[in-house]
Amino acid sequence: MATATPERTVTPAGGDDQQLNPKARRSVGGTLLSVLAWIVGIGFFFPILWMVLTAFKQEADAYTTPPKLFFSPTLDQFRAVFDAGIGPYLLNSLFATVVSTILVLVLATPAAYAVSLRPVKKVQDVLFFFISTKMLPVVAAIVPIYVVVNDIGMLDNIWTLIVLYTAMNLPIAVWMMRSFFQEVPKELLEAASMDGASLARSLREVVLPVISPGMAATALICVIFAWNEFFFAVNLTAARAATVPVFLVGFITSEGLYFAKLCAAATMAALPVVIAGWIAQNKLVQGLSFGAVK
Amino acid sequence: MTVTAERPAEVTPRRPDRGPGSRADGWIRRAPLLPALIFTIIITQLPFLFTIYYSLQSWNLVRPGSRQFVGLDNYVKVFTDSQFRQVALNTVLLTAGAVIFSMILGLLFALLLDRAFFGRGFIRTLLITPFLITPVAAALLWKTVLFDPTYGLINFVLSPFGAGQTDWISTFPLTSVMIALVWQWAPFMMLLTLAGLQSQPHDVLEAARVDGAGTFAVFREVTIPHLRRFIELGLVLGAIYLVNTFDAIYMMTQGGPGTASANLPFYIYQRAFLGFDIGQSAAMGVVVVVATIIVSTFALRLIFRSFSGEES
Repeated sequence: MATATPERTVTPAGGDDQQLNPKARRSVGGTLLSVLAWIVGIGFFFPILWMVLTAFKQEADAYTTPPKLFFSPTLDQFRAVFDAGIGPYLLNSLFATVVSTILVLVLATPAAYAVSLRPVKKVQDVLFFFISTKMLPVVAAIVPIYVVVNDIGMLDNIWTLIVLYTAMNLPIAVWMMRSFFQEVPKELLEAASMDGASLARSLREVVLPVISPGMAATALICVIFAWNEFFFAVNLTAARAATVPVFLVGFITSEGLYFAKLCAAATMAALPVVIAGWIAQNKLVQGLSFGAVK
Repeated sequence: MTVTAERPAEVTPRRPDRGPGSRADGWIRRAPLLPALIFTIIITQLPFLFTIYYSLQSWNLVRPGSRQFVGLDNYVKVFTDSQFRQVALNTVLLTAGAVIFSMILGLLFALLLDRAFFGRGFIRTLLITPFLITPVAAALLWKTVLFDPTYGLINFVLSPFGAGQTDWISTFPLTSVMIALVWQWAPFMMLLTLAGLQSQPHDVLEAARVDGAGTFAVFREVTIPHLRRFIELGLVLGAIYLVNTFDAIYMMTQGGPGTASANLPFYIYQRAFLGFDIGQSAAMGVVVVVATIIVSTFALRLIFRSFSGEES
């Protein structure tokens, strides 16, 4: 489909077109498409490149018409972001992300086992239930969550976010882990149990090696979602437990909209997840589609 | 889904005390599932019961002692609230628009990437990056560096075409938010449709070509039908995630001007956390849930139908 245009122009071949055989022409068309892909890719990425560049500018260089591509880079803006106190927010984000991801794996792995290798009776219903929780809009739950969290004195507490992020990522993790469990060769499991291997041993020696790359991918997906989460964080936390996205909001309110500074802050906020996502890019779809696409 | 297919074989008509199908066996199978299931029910389902309960009360947090049972009053207010209708319409427009445009863009990107060329992996990595950017940071980026009337890149790029210092966000608030969302979601659609393109059965493609079908005919007759369920899945999943959009609106427009760019999540947030009207916002929450259940029952069927056949 990619070569549609060049190929079709071949048919009414005439005059000087004769010098190029169809194959050569296809490669000309191919080159054009490759160039197009490069242009599109760079164009689409450009806002991010620009954000990173701006983060290394002095404010004066950030406010110019036309925009400046060349400038003498500085770390002043990153320093300003640290001076504004991003540190504790980064730690909160890190803690909430890591702990919730561990909890998700601890809960999701056995659950996925119970809907794949040694299934419970109503697998379909269970899977349906998990996915349906993702369909219910979060906003409809925020009011009672706020009231309850307030009543038990857990507002502005990082563990509140951890519990909510665990619940938020659990359904995705169960679906994703299930698709990895299904890749475990049944024959291998049967052979192991015939050889008298205990359940623990066959889980450790047969199942674990097959699913561990999948666990890593699942963990990365959970990290991405937990790190980027904003709705719960902004509504349930304040000075003590707030995460990086909340810092960004506070930062622009207190510092004003200074391009270079906010680009530095935004770059720092986004960087960990961008790296995690680049590593997990092949698994992103699997996570987001609840394992429907392998 | 293969799993369920094997299930009937294990169900024995009588229930012995041990072995497959017995009560004990059932609990052994269930045990690993229960922690996750119970946790999910408590954290995600209980709040909705409370939402229903609160929605029947008049309760404003800033007026202590105002809490009382009012029956369906809140619902009457919700349905007679013209702002609520406006916001509901915005939600539909924003979700549908963002999903459809990101699918179109994503599909085009996937087609560009579905062939070998120099730097393909690199370009793919560049293209998915917008999806990974923290939504709050992405919204900030669009609001300032890109959409700024004076110093923004968009107006600079458009200046040869005679664009002045258009203030995109206040002139076209909903469209601006939608553009930022499409930029973030097109990469996801691309990954999904690319997975679809690359899972095409090569023998069928070859056979079609050998039969003399042109590239375009192959695309229309083989590729599109194959891609259909991937596209459907993308539309459904995109809608699930995008209907909850909050970050972009919060950062870019605060729902304004007026309620021009507010969607339901943002509007309910405003009612609950700026207006402290618990009863009213709970009622809206219930209405949203009911609407979502209606839509998603249909959507879930689509997912199950599209992908349950694949594994068997």
